[in-house]
Amino acid sequence: MNELLKISNLSVEYHRNGRKLRAVAGVDLTLAPGEILGLVGESGCGKSSLGKAIVGIEKPAEGEIRFNGNLVKPLDRRGRPTELRNLQMIFQDPYGSINPRRKIGDQIADGLIVAGKPKNEALKISAELLEKVGLGASALDRYAHQFSGGQRQRIAIARALAASPTAIVADEPISALDTSSQAQVSNLLVSLVQEFGMGVIFISHDLSVVRKISDRIAVMYLGKIVEIGTTEQIWNQPSHPYTRALISAIPKADGNSNMPLDLPGDVPNPAFPPAGCRFHPRCPLVQVGCESSVPEIRTLKDGRGVACVLQTSNEIVVPLETIKGR
Amino acid sequence: MPLLDVENLTVTLATSSGSAQAVRNLSFSLDEGEIIGIAGESGSGKTMTALSLMRLLPHKGFATGSIKFSGKDLLAQTNRAYRDIRGNQIAMIFQDPMTSLHPMIKIETQLTEHIRHHKKISQESAHLKALELLDTVKIPDPASALEAMPKQFSGGMRQRIAIAIALACDPKLLIADEPTTALDVTVQAGILRLLDQLRREKNLAVMVITHDLGVLSSLTDRIMIMYAGSEVESGLTSDLLKNPRHPYTKGLISALPTSSISGKKLLTIEGMPPELGQIPSGCAFHPRCAYAKTSCESQIPTSISISTKHRIFCPVNPLVSS
Repeated sequence: MNELLKISNLSVEYHRNGRKLRAVAGVDLTLAPGEILGLVGESGCGKSSLGKAIVGIEKPAEGEIRFNGNLVKPLDRRGRPTELRNLQMIFQDPYGSINPRRKIGDQIADGLIVAGKPKNEALKISAELLEKVGLGASALDRYAHQFSGGQRQRIAIARALAASPTAIVADEPISALDTSSQAQVSNLLVSLVQEFGMGVIFISHDLSVVRKISDRIAVMYLGKIVEIGTTEQIWNQPSHPYTRALISAIPKADGNSNMPLDLPGDVPNPAFPPAGCRFHPRCPLVQVGCESSVPEIRTLKDGRGVACVLQTSNEIVVPLETIKGR
Repeated sequence: MPLLDVENLTVTLATSSGSAQAVRNLSFSLDEGEIIGIAGESGSGKTMTALSLMRLLPHKGFATGSIKFSGKDLLAQTNRAYRDIRGNQIAMIFQDPMTSLHPMIKIETQLTEHIRHHKKISQESAHLKALELLDTVKIPDPASALEAMPKQFSGGMRQRIAIAIALACDPKLLIADEPTTALDVTVQAGILRLLDQLRREKNLAVMVITHDLGVLSSLTDRIMIMYAGSEVESGLTSDLLKNPRHPYTKGLISALPTSSISGKKLLTIEGMPPELGQIPSGCAFHPRCAYAKTSCESQIPTSISISTKHRIFCPVNPLVSS
C-alpha cells in the first residue's frame, strides 16, 4: 500500500445559530510519501476545515481519514495516539501559533518530552532541528518577538519536525510572509520533502506558488473538489471552468498591462449552497441542467478528475477563448 | 505641472534606540489620471511614504523635504489646514477591509460623515451621493446596502465600500496601500478593474503600494521600486518589468513563482532586508548584491538615466546588464 493518507467521503459540519453548515461536503483524497499535494480555492471553500479534519482537529461528520492505515480520530484530552504522532500540522499565522512568553527551545522540546525523551536530550534535538531550518542553535534561548515572520514560520516547521513527521498538513504556511521569506520557506519545505520523503498537503489560495512546488493540485470550491490532477494538467490545461477562472485571475508580471479576468460574484454562503453544481451561479459556461444535477467527479483519459458535466472526454469541450472573450 | 511632486522626502521615526530614517531622499512625481506603483519588501518605506502624504505618521515621526500637491506645499500646512486636504483632496484605502471599516456603525453613516463635514451639504443630498457612490463601486442594491453593517459584506465588497468612502469627496489623489493583498485572486481582479475604470472616468491619480508585481503590471503606468527607504529603480511599467536594470529589481522579478525557471525551488535574494536604523553604508543593497564592488560599500549611488523616465540608482549594473 503506497498511500500515506487516505481520505474517503469526508464531510465537516459546523452548527451556527441552529443551522447546519457543511464546510466540507464529501471529499476523497490520497497522499503518497514524498508527494506535495497543493490544495487551492477561494476563502470560504473549506480548505482549512479539510486540513484540520485530516490531522484530527475537527471532527468529521461523515467519512474517515486513514494515516498509514490507522483511523485518525479527533483529538481528545488524552492526547494523540502514538500511531498518529507522525502526522503534523503547520499553521498560517506564525505570530499566533508560537507562545510569546516561552523560550523557542522549550516549545520545540515539548513534543519530544511528551514522546518520552529526557529534557537535555530533547533540547539537543531541538537545537539540531533549528539548525536544519536554517536558524542555528542560538535560537533555543530566544523568544518569538526576536524573530521576523519568516523566521517564526521556520520555528513552527522545526516544531512540527520534532515529531519526525511522515505527513504534514501546511495550512497557508507562507501567506503571512513577505515575498522573499515566502520563497525561502517554501524552498525549505521542498528540501525537507526531498530529504525525508514526507508527504505534504500544502493549502494555499495562491495558485502560482502551489503550481511551483506541488506534484498534484486539488481545486476546491464550496466544500467539494472540482478538479484534481498533476500540476502540469491543472496549470497548463485546466479543465473545470472554475480552475480556468482561478488561473486567468492571476495577474502576470510581464509588463504587458493585461487586466486579469474577473470572476463575478462571491463564493456563496456555505450554509446555503446552490442546488445542482455549486459553481453554476458564477459559471460562464453554465448549461441547462447545471442548476439541478450534481456533477460527480469523473476521471478523464489523462487521469485527472473533474466534476463538471461539460467534461465528457479528454478533449476540452469548450475552448479557453470562450471564457476569455467575456 | 504634476499633481504631486515629492522632492527629497525623508521620514524620521522614533524607535526605542533613538531616531531612524524610514524614507531617505525620495523624489517622484505623479500626474492627474496617472497610476504609479510603489513596490518593495516590508520595511522598504513604501507605507511611510504614503502616510507622510496623508500626514498620518506615527507619534514623533516627521517628514522633511518637500511635498507639493496642486502647487501647494503640504509640509508647510498647519494641522488645521491639512484637515481640509486629508480625506477631501487626498484619500486613502488600506490593506484590510475587515478592520478599516467600523464594525458597529452602519454603512450610510460611514459613507456620509465626511461628505457632510467637507462639503457642507444636507443629509438628503449626502444620502443621494452615497447611493451614487455605491453604484459606482458596483455594490448590488445600494439602497439596502446603506442600511447594512460591515459584517454583512464579504472582503471584496468591504474593499469596494472602502473605495466608495475614499471617493466620497471627489479626491484628486487616491492612495491604495496593499488594496488587494487580503483578497482572493478572483476578487482582486474585480478591484483592479474598478480602480482602472475610476482613473479613466474621473481622471483620478492613484498611488498603489504593493509587493505584488503582477498587480502593478496590470494596473500601473509607472513603477518605483524601493529598498531600505530609497528608490532603487523607476520607469514605465513595461520598461521596468521587461528590462529591469537594478540587481534588486532583477532579483524580485526572478523570484516570482511565475518565472519560467524549472524545478520546485524558487529563486531567492540571499539575506534579509536591513532593519530600521541599521541601514548599511554606501548602497543599502550592497550586502545582498551579487554585483557589488568595493566602492559600493562607501559610495551612495546617484541616479543614472537609462531612457525616458527609466532610471536606476546603481553605478555598477549598467555595465553588466543586457
